[in-house]
Amino acid sequence: MVNERLFKEMTEAVIAGLPDKARELANEALDAGIDPLAAIDQGFKPGMDVVGEGFANGELFIPDLMMSGEAMKAAIAALEPELIKRKQQRRVLGKVVIGTVKGDIHEIGKTLVGTMLTANGFEVHDLGVDVSAQQFVDAVRRVDADVVGLSALLTTTILNQEAVILDLQEAGLREQVKVIIGGVPASPEWAKEIGADAYAENATEAVEVIKQLVRV
Amino acid sequence: MRVPILERLAAGDILIADGATGTMLQAAGLPAGMPGEAWILERPEEIVRLHRAYLKAGSQIILTSTFGGTRARLKAAGLDLQAAEINRRAAELARQAAGNDTYVGGDIGPTGEMMPPLGPLGYGAAVEMFAEQAQALAAGGADCIYIETMSDLKEAKAAVEGARQGCDLPVFCTFSFDTHGRTSMGVSPAQAAEAMAEMDVAATGANCGHAPEEVLDFLPQMRQSAPEAYLIAKPNAGIPRMVKRQVVYDAGPERMGGLARRYAELGASIIGACCGSSPEHIAAIAAAIQRDR
Repeated sequence: MVNERLFKEMTEAVIAGLPDKARELANEALDAGIDPLAAIDQGFKPGMDVVGEGFANGELFIPDLMMSGEAMKAAIAALEPELIKRKQQRRVLGKVVIGTVKGDIHEIGKTLVGTMLTANGFEVHDLGVDVSAQQFVDAVRRVDADVVGLSALLTTTILNQEAVILDLQEAGLREQVKVIIGGVPASPEWAKEIGADAYAENATEAVEVIKQLVRV
Repeated sequence: MRVPILERLAAGDILIADGATGTMLQAAGLPAGMPGEAWILERPEEIVRLHRAYLKAGSQIILTSTFGGTRARLKAAGLDLQAAEINRRAAELARQAAGNDTYVGGDIGPTGEMMPPLGPLGYGAAVEMFAEQAQALAAGGADCIYIETMSDLKEAKAAVEGARQGCDLPVFCTFSFDTHGRTSMGVSPAQAAEAMAEMDVAATGANCGHAPEEVLDFLPQMRQSAPEAYLIAKPNAGIPRMVKRQVVYDAGPERMGGLARRYAELGASIIGACCGSSPEHIAAIAAAIQRDR
């Protein structure tokens, strides 16, 4: 019963985007001897699901998603030492390299995708903005990525999504990594034209599409 | 010689604004990744040519090519230390093109940084950057400070306050409602207009955004929250899509002209276009508005 109450408060803290409260609840769970994995999966993560859905529906906006992501992050950071002590870890659904392509410094959309993926159990390697094709190729090889996500917000930089795909082919990595694209000028048709595996409209959709790409 | 812009608006006139700057400079050869502001000092003749194209199409207020002219935005290109010079020069170039009869709006865009708790940009630091830009735009000959494409209300307020600190010109401020009828930060047209009315901003409205038809919903909402303010409609020429490896915006001049007439019916005092538009779009808007007079 204590667990039920605590889990509900955890969900609410994430929905409200309160990092301090989330940390407090995580510590309370540890004091009560609650399994940290259960706290994440049954307490905090359901909050991100609610926020992700609200974001996709146009009921919630960037600040809401960012603050909920911060709350989720604070909770996981607080639970991490106990996870390590118990030799537990969240099941990793897949390894995803993300970044905004060369010449483009738009950060928010790509970062929100990373936040949602992390909350859902993916291992995310965020290369930042203005990332060259070579940097994407190197990172895919280095972390043995399952998926690479390419963001482009400018009509002048969107062609660089294709440049990354071509370089992945040249490096012999295209067969082992799925490519998903996003950004204002992108579309499912554009994904098809440049040989990407998928397109997603927003961070919430990106998680669903990537889950399908890696079949989890 | 022009009368002060607020007198002109008070007389009930509709002013035709200009269209896209970035789209046009890229078409003129601005390399991908280079900010248009770099051409203010390097290729001033291209900036003047752009302004002249819009003036010829019928623009009665042209905006300086300083959307990314805050120190924060110029930093990426290593131009931050020249912020004041770039903004002053841009206003001079616009004035050179406009002459004494046409209005020049000193354009200010977002810093690209986020404010607490989402990011590190403090309110005071933001005000300071906007004040620096506004002061330089005024010194170069702008008729008003024209803030646009705002999505965070706090940043918009900082820009208005900065503009007031930097100069004595009238201040306009418009928002990009590009996400389900609100800004990406969740600000509704009514909230934006109400905040601008509280700060006595002379004109507010919608620019950039999503489909230009949506502005037909935004204007009445803004009118209700800011009954005294002049309204601005300056949307994108539709939504960009890649077609045969070219970026195509889906609203042509005819569609924008038709919409312009409806914006005017809803009380818009300044009507223009944003990303993806060209002098042809502005000519169609000007023709539609003038036909009605």
